[in-house]
Amino acid sequence: MASTNDPFQFQEFEEAGNLLEANRDAVTISIEEDNIKPDKQRKAAGFTPDGDDEDPLASDDKTELLSGPNKSVPFWTFEYYQRFFDIETHHVKERIIGSVLPWPGKNFVHVHLRRNPDLYGPFWICTTLVFAIAISGNISNFLVHLGKPNYKYTPEFRKVTIAATAIFSYAWFVPLALWGLLLWRNNKIMNLVSYSFMEIVCVYGYSLAIYIPAVVLWIIPYEWLRWCSIVVAVCLSGSVLVMTFWPAVRDDHPKVIIAILSAIAVLNILLAVGCKAYFFSKPEAVLPADSSAATGLTKAPSST
Amino acid sequence: MVYLLSEEASRPFAGLSDVSISEDIPVEGDISVPVGPSTRRDEEFSTLDEPVKETILRDLRAVGNKFIHVLYPKRSTALLRDWDLWGPLLLCVTLALLLQGGAADSDDQGGPQFAEVFVIIWFGSIIITLNSKLLGGTISFFQSLCVLGYCILPLTVAMAVCRIVLVGGSGTVSFAVRLVVVTASFGWSTFASTAFLTDSQPAERKALVVYPVFLFYFVIGWMILTFSPSQ
Repeated sequence: MASTNDPFQFQEFEEAGNLLEANRDAVTISIEEDNIKPDKQRKAAGFTPDGDDEDPLASDDKTELLSGPNKSVPFWTFEYYQRFFDIETHHVKERIIGSVLPWPGKNFVHVHLRRNPDLYGPFWICTTLVFAIAISGNISNFLVHLGKPNYKYTPEFRKVTIAATAIFSYAWFVPLALWGLLLWRNNKIMNLVSYSFMEIVCVYGYSLAIYIPAVVLWIIPYEWLRWCSIVVAVCLSGSVLVMTFWPAVRDDHPKVIIAILSAIAVLNILLAVGCKAYFFSKPEAVLPADSSAATGLTKAPSST
Repeated sequence: MVYLLSEEASRPFAGLSDVSISEDIPVEGDISVPVGPSTRRDEEFSTLDEPVKETILRDLRAVGNKFIHVLYPKRSTALLRDWDLWGPLLLCVTLALLLQGGAADSDDQGGPQFAEVFVIIWFGSIIITLNSKLLGGTISFFQSLCVLGYCILPLTVAMAVCRIVLVGGSGTVSFAVRLVVVTASFGWSTFASTAFLTDSQPAERKALVVYPVFLFYFVIGWMILTFSPSQ
């Protein structure tokens, strides 16, 4: 049964091909095989002009892979970086929403990135976050000290550079370290899933997106609100990161799994709490503490 | 002062092909068919013999013409075709100078220094230009710098207005007035620059190009709004 129904037999192809050439509109079902689905035959017949390809679908995949990001362009050319910006507005929107609402079954890299990591999202989310932190910190300081006699408003422009250093090193050096670590573990233990450096940078960049509204919320000088929003933001972004890297480490030694995942979570928490503590001052309730708070504020930035 | 030729003028008479588009827009310089009856135009490429005043005035007129195009943004190619960087330099220096003299006298905790404003404006423009080119824009590097620099004009005007308002006092009323002025000019700048820039981008990426421009002018507007005079 299999040999007569095999669609790759040349005799059957040529018959169908001749039939096609004779009458283009005919449905190409050979007389001998009327229990084969007609579309299979038509598909097989359609590929005859292409040649002796045994697996035409695989050759399509091959050409697609070759023309895709696996083409080797030297990294000092403009085109090398252009393929990291090969996305559209709705892609960016979907990726941001996917990073803000983690779903247990969906891996961010597989569902959203799909072998097309971009640099647009990470770069502009980091830049927006830097300015959001600096501006919100400035506004919140102003609101906290509003009405106090010895307070003079300053734009505190230096904090932009400090925020930029902190956010960009988190978004670039931690992925570098994590990529190196995963590569090292991959040599020892064959993992099913391995991520490229760009994909890790992409995940980290998009995971920072939840912090932008959180930072804007921190303008309101109520401590309970700030801590609530920190907890929510850390949980959401931490869970996105952990769920993304779980498939890459789950075949490893249990202690290594716990170490890597907890390092990811702890660094995330450190970033959030550190930003809050440095850029956003606590609302002071007692008047005599004002002078010490003011000197504390002027001391802390000048010590950096 | 060497007259800046745009890229298309490197091919002689290249501007002749699109003269028809610009019938209502006087084009500066020797890019297209010479306008005006003066015999000096016969020797287009040797401007060494003319008086210095004539040279300076020609460039000033070009810059002023582009200012008018920014203030009344309509779909025109004047800014893009005859790009120059004198206008952006003038605006950047003016804005940076106006942002001085703030609370930055005694402590360095104050507003942005002159160099910081300069760096933000120029590096910001360069990064936005790179971004739009990486996203596949057809605009050239210097054309984009030119557009972004010229569209700082409304914000510079707002800064001048803010300083005048601050002379009168720095209470809540003056803050409200400054807020309104800066917000209006920030919206104007963003609208004017997107009117020029988005034509060169494919449709599904327009928002990706507009957002960095929005962020850039927002940060400059923030710097203007938070300028507090020394007391």
